[in-house]
Amino acid sequence: MLKVRVIPTLLWKQVGLVKGVGFDSWRRVGPVLPAVKVYNQREVDELILVDIIAHQSSDELDIESIDDFSQDCFVPFTVGGGITRIEQVQKLLRAGADKVCVNTAAYSNPELLSEIAKRHGTQCLVASIDVRKDSLGAGWQCFSHAGKMPTGREIISWAREIEDRGAGEILITSIERDGTFQGYDLALIEAVVRAVGVPVIASGGAGNYQHMVDAVKQAGASAVAAASIFHFTEQTPAGAKAAMQAAGIPVRSNFIGNGRIT
Amino acid sequence: MRVGVIDYGVGNLGSVVRALEELRVKPILITRAIDMHTVDSFIMPGVGSFSDCAKLLGDGGWIQALRQEVLVESKPLLGICLGMQLLATTSIEGVADNTSNGLAGLNFIPGRVESLRSLGCNLRVPHVGWNEVTSNTSVNGTFDGIPDGTDFYFVHSYAFVPDNPTHVVATTVYDIPVTAAVRCGHIWGTQFHPEKSSRAGFQLLRNFIENPTC
Repeated sequence: MLKVRVIPTLLWKQVGLVKGVGFDSWRRVGPVLPAVKVYNQREVDELILVDIIAHQSSDELDIESIDDFSQDCFVPFTVGGGITRIEQVQKLLRAGADKVCVNTAAYSNPELLSEIAKRHGTQCLVASIDVRKDSLGAGWQCFSHAGKMPTGREIISWAREIEDRGAGEILITSIERDGTFQGYDLALIEAVVRAVGVPVIASGGAGNYQHMVDAVKQAGASAVAAASIFHFTEQTPAGAKAAMQAAGIPVRSNFIGNGRIT
Repeated sequence: MRVGVIDYGVGNLGSVVRALEELRVKPILITRAIDMHTVDSFIMPGVGSFSDCAKLLGDGGWIQALRQEVLVESKPLLGICLGMQLLATTSIEGVADNTSNGLAGLNFIPGRVESLRSLGCNLRVPHVGWNEVTSNTSVNGTFDGIPDGTDFYFVHSYAFVPDNPTHVVATTVYDIPVTAAVRCGHIWGTQFHPEKSSRAGFQLLRNFIENPTC
């Protein structure tokens, strides 16, 4: 049976990892490399690393750093932030990324998604969507540039479009819930899960293990991503998986060699 | 044993090379088909669409070289994910209708590549994540040291259906039984990504490198 993944999200800003609240008030968390190393040693299911300021500059992506970070990563590694051109994708894959995550550039150039999917396959493309609740209270609106800029796109139609263009997974983040520990926006996750046929990764707001259970059981998420809960509390991906398993959700057991699994 | 990683322009090469280095193997990146004779065995990664990869293999002269090295010289080959699907006779990926016979693969392990949907899978596609793999116990070697039920990392929308069921050495279940690994003597293929399956993946890579023809 396919296992539900618990995915730590690493937000990378200049020299280190950060984490904010509502995509703002960034706190320093520490350097990237040891974080990747520790998560790898603990056999997390997957890692997502996003350069949250790459979209602000026209410089080339920092491929060298990605190369360093992936040195010790033997679980799936999704890398995002500042991807605007197809050529960047092969560079990231050569540097050690397994999938790429595209957000801001997709709004101005949706064709980029189609190109990546055609060249590298849908399984290589994670489309990330950041949303806020619509001011009228009906639905959610999409924001680009790390949550700063309204795009005028409504979540459901946008999710369907990026699926049609070949996104293999959708990472959906509630900006309002981000860093609040109040739990995922279950109505949002469920709306996206119903709208598309690809796996949906819930993000934004996890504060305890039960929130993760709810995202899967109530909203139908295929995976749960979280950052603050792992950076700022004692809770761990392994703890999350144990809690999910206790709630009847299939999770991955770790392989320790010598013919044993735990 | 010199292990070559075939670099035909696509694929998560970085990850494959890192995983081999972790096993104390110094892989040699093979960027030209004419250099294939310099190594003893091959790993063929693959990320992308079957049609694009098949075209890259053809354009780069890889198909002739692979036939010579793998079929004539009997050098071991491990295809990963799309690299495994390229071992098939044909694939329907990217083929607009069912009237066509599909796109040609290497035909090293006869069979077809079909979409998970057309095979009857009604769950979310792509099939992404860690799933349990059960090996066919009558086949030695491939899964040595790896107990049944071990999770490996999958990410794919198409699946390989070999003509000869004995070529399927492991399966997983995603609504339907899905080929997880194939084997025809020294030719190996895995639908999952051993290079991204942590320690279980290392064990499988070790089995291939240490004993590919058992």
